[in-house]
Amino acid sequence: MEKRVTFKGWKLPFLLILPQVIVSAVFFFYPAGQAIYQSLFIPDPFGLSSRFVGLGNFEYLFSNRYYLASFTTTAVFSVLVTLCSMIPALFLAVMADRLVKGAGTYRTLLIWPYAIAPAIAGVLWLFMFNTRIGIVSWYLGKLGYDWNHVLNGAEAMGLVVVASSWGRISYNFLFFFAALQAVPKSVIEAAAIDGARFWRRFFTIVLPLISATLFFLLVVNVVYAFFETFGVIHTITSGGPQQSTTILVYKVFSDGFVGQDLGSSAAQSVVLLVVVGLLTVAQFKFIEKRVHY
Amino acid sequence: MAREQTGMVERRGTGLWLTHVLMICGVLVVFFPIWLAFVASTVTQADIASPPLPLIPGGHFVENYSRALFSGVNVPVGTMLVNSLIMAIGIAVGKIVISLLSAFAIVYFRFPGRNIFFWLIFLTLMLPVEVRIVPTYEVVASFGMLNSYSGLILPLIASATATFLFRQFYLTVPDELAEAARVDGARPMRFFWDILLPMSRTNIAALFVILFIYGWNQYLWPLLITTKPEMNTIVMGIKQMFPSGDDLADWPVIMATSILAMIPPIFVVVSMQKLFIRGLVDSEK
Repeated sequence: MEKRVTFKGWKLPFLLILPQVIVSAVFFFYPAGQAIYQSLFIPDPFGLSSRFVGLGNFEYLFSNRYYLASFTTTAVFSVLVTLCSMIPALFLAVMADRLVKGAGTYRTLLIWPYAIAPAIAGVLWLFMFNTRIGIVSWYLGKLGYDWNHVLNGAEAMGLVVVASSWGRISYNFLFFFAALQAVPKSVIEAAAIDGARFWRRFFTIVLPLISATLFFLLVVNVVYAFFETFGVIHTITSGGPQQSTTILVYKVFSDGFVGQDLGSSAAQSVVLLVVVGLLTVAQFKFIEKRVHY
Repeated sequence: MAREQTGMVERRGTGLWLTHVLMICGVLVVFFPIWLAFVASTVTQADIASPPLPLIPGGHFVENYSRALFSGVNVPVGTMLVNSLIMAIGIAVGKIVISLLSAFAIVYFRFPGRNIFFWLIFLTLMLPVEVRIVPTYEVVASFGMLNSYSGLILPLIASATATFLFRQFYLTVPDELAEAARVDGARPMRFFWDILLPMSRTNIAALFVILFIYGWNQYLWPLLITTKPEMNTIVMGIKQMFPSGDDLADWPVIMATSILAMIPPIFVVVSMQKLFIRGLVDSEK
């Protein structure tokens, strides 16, 4: 789409666009270029010079047991976060959609966790499951279950998944609720006249009608799980125990800043870049579809 | 979003009550962690050290919160709140200003290289700061911007979401307005100030809400570039309040800090709910 009416001149628009171009160039394109450039080199241990290794860093990465394990961890983590944040949100949205009065109040209350930073969510859940003083782990102990996410990788994963999904429920709820409210009521009534019960109507009519929202949220939640959950993992587990909660973004951080392995960290950034690219393409494909819909 | 209610699919009697009960349970489960944090921020360390924690607040509210605000663990939480506020507002305002201008240039002018700029800006949509942290850190360090507000703010405004939003909006503004302005001999900037900007008010406000929360909730970036405690933001500062060894953390103060860290974004979201939802839907689509 283009404007038919435009203003003349080229100095003014240059000036107007300049701040964004400068900020993008300095803090985006240059660093992104550096990431790609560094991924082809191995710096010497003193950081004085570096040796060109071509795709060596990548070969090393994909033969590295820990890196491949981190891929699996990330996949498990994002699938779980997506499910744990979408299913409760959809359920709550369906319930709220059935209400005529009060749905707005519930919505206001359910929005709260969205505003809470992932890192703070991490602290809150860590407090509840703290092995020494946590209320939930204490009650679990009373029931005979010895909770210890500090030592048990599966429990650590469970905890970071729940803490990451929690705030996302709000977000997904808002989108599901809006989508459900937009479903034409006449369609549902017609099905009701034909004698279809509530859940049958839901699965055969409502769900297909909100499939666009469903797909959109799927992509967005995977992106969230990949890139925005660093705070949760850093506050609760720091990637442990035995790297069982080290997702890809966490590994870029721990190899680059803690381990000072710049070549490998840069190569990992480039791999992530490709992942983001693919996810973005998926997202745009979806938007295109919606436009023609 | 008013909707007509018809008898056919309406829930009555037990069904309605069941729905309410399920909703209330949902809300309670979602709220439980926040409530527990609040309770923990009003009791003593001794209460917390002997689990289980009671579910009703204790009497040490003022003591814990003033301890957090004025002394904290490494640095008073009051200082971290100010840092967070500056960062969040800086990111929101900075991003809105540069985007308003560049979207104006892209939509209302034909200048050489316009398409190249458009695609360059478009590319920045794709790469979250988490992916390019090491080189971005090096850039910021080489400018001597570690432990500074500009170092906290600038790298996070290098993304084009807002530019796209304003571009989409400008494209819906009727051409007649620009035409009339041109016939009247108004300069482009006059048109921008007198017509375009007032029309964008709602979009600006909606975007401000989203960006404020985005900025406030940043974690990784402030963690990397603020090495001095006085520059810590509250969200990243909480982790620094945990002792490194085996000592028991000062939970009442940490929880008071968590509550303080939640209040501004929750206040913004709840008080500007309509704008927030609008901004959310706009910026994601």
